[in-house]
Amino acid sequence: MGYALQQLINGLTLGAMYGLIAIGYTMVYGIIGMINFAHGEIYMIGAFLSVLTYVLCTALGIGPTPLVLLAMLFVSVAFTALYGWAVERIAYRPLRGAPRLAPLISAIGMSIFLQNYVQLTQGARIKSVPPLWQGGVTLWSADDFRVTFGWAQLTVVVVTLIVMAGFAWMITRTSFGRQQRACEQDPKMAALLGIDVDRTISLTFILGAALAAVAGMMAVLQYGVIDFSIGFIAGIKAFTAAVLGGIGSIPGAMLGGLLIGLVEAFWSAYLSPEYKDVATFSILVLVLLFRPTGLLGKPDVEKV
Amino acid sequence: MLELQRVSAHYGPIQALVEVDLVVRAGEIVTLIGANGAGKSTLMTTLFGTPRASSGRILLEGEDITALPPHRIARRGIALVPEGRRVFAKMSVYENLLLGATPLEGAHVEENLQRVFSLFPVLETRRTQRAGTLSGGEQQMLAIGRALMSEPRLLLLDEPSLGLAPLVIRTIFRTIVALNREHGLTILLVEQNARQALKIAHRGYVLQNGRIVLEGSGAALLADPQVRAAYLDAVS
Repeated sequence: MGYALQQLINGLTLGAMYGLIAIGYTMVYGIIGMINFAHGEIYMIGAFLSVLTYVLCTALGIGPTPLVLLAMLFVSVAFTALYGWAVERIAYRPLRGAPRLAPLISAIGMSIFLQNYVQLTQGARIKSVPPLWQGGVTLWSADDFRVTFGWAQLTVVVVTLIVMAGFAWMITRTSFGRQQRACEQDPKMAALLGIDVDRTISLTFILGAALAAVAGMMAVLQYGVIDFSIGFIAGIKAFTAAVLGGIGSIPGAMLGGLLIGLVEAFWSAYLSPEYKDVATFSILVLVLLFRPTGLLGKPDVEKV
Repeated sequence: MLELQRVSAHYGPIQALVEVDLVVRAGEIVTLIGANGAGKSTLMTTLFGTPRASSGRILLEGEDITALPPHRIARRGIALVPEGRRVFAKMSVYENLLLGATPLEGAHVEENLQRVFSLFPVLETRRTQRAGTLSGGEQQMLAIGRALMSEPRLLLLDEPSLGLAPLVIRTIFRTIVALNREHGLTILLVEQNARQALKIAHRGYVLQNGRIVLEGSGAALLADPQVRAAYLDAVS
């Protein structure tokens, strides 16, 4: 019982991060109909930027911890967003209107480039940050086993919830969100109403990257170690989450992320941690085979 | 108001418009009739730069808009009600109307909403409903309402009667006339329903294989034997 509860907490934490990354995949797919395979790298860059900010803060003697965390969040989000914007401008915009395979290849190229770029500039060795917070809330204890919601985990879950709520509000309630959805449904008509579609696409990439940066920083908080290759697996898992939830659906991405996180946690706990990736990718295969529209996705309804 | 000077347009290797000359003066209803595939819809979207005119000039209120991007053109007091309506099916009626107000960047939204609702009261009762669940006639009203939200000086209507019941068509045409006569809106109307269109139009153009082959007042075109044979007698 306690063990299961602990796995639930671990799964939630992991799922929150996947969900944040998955939103970027799903939004970009929604608006330009392509999978941005460089998105995992954007997450990795977000993680690196938060580590760099941490190192810089320590070197300059900036404390206390909450201030450092805020600085990490702010710097990471701002610069990662810039990367997201640049990726679209360089790798995708020139290919607008090209056959679908072209931007896909360009995305994979961008992903390889970004990995190597970080490896060359930051080195291939693991970067680590000491745990910024020890301890947590003990929820339940019996015998030798204690169920803890670690402070870092709690931060991950709370920050994710806040970010997602704010984001959902923006998409459903603001004028930018409305324009973004209009561009998703019918970009040509959106342009005829005076909406700058290119600008909306840029902003979509910026937003997706900002959310991935939050996830990157959360990974640093949670695990404390990163290297240049973390974007690959995390990216593909978040992609799986997006597909599971229904690619193109934002609530679907959040739900899919959560489910993938939980599956991974429980699989690792009860079956075998070595095969947790197999579990995740089996889900991808099964969803694609039996329910390609995902849990919350709907097949495109043809207009009359 | 609007002037096309020897405008040509292509879809890939296919030439859809051949040196079209066309004028719409302020306060007029001008209609464009022609068979399927004659280039009527292309002419409408070419005004917005999709496809871009391959030669010739398009002037809106004396200014050359030929090379502007579509969203810029849409911000110059010209609004299109496209063929097939193209309302945003997954969004509410209210959201569709708000999107129509994009060129004004938040100005006069409430007044324009009220204006649209008084023109089409049904839209007010359906305010929170998804546009995709509206009937064809209601969707057409929404498409017109959405265009009016930007306070256009020139309204382009592409086949507003397509696929609608006769009663609804009558409402739509009555609204078009009212917009022109009472609100002084200049209108360029593309229609399959040539008889109806010519009846309410001040002037008309006949488009054939991408070329203007005939122009004249609405009444003159209605009486023209060629027009009668080609576009009127067969239809009704």
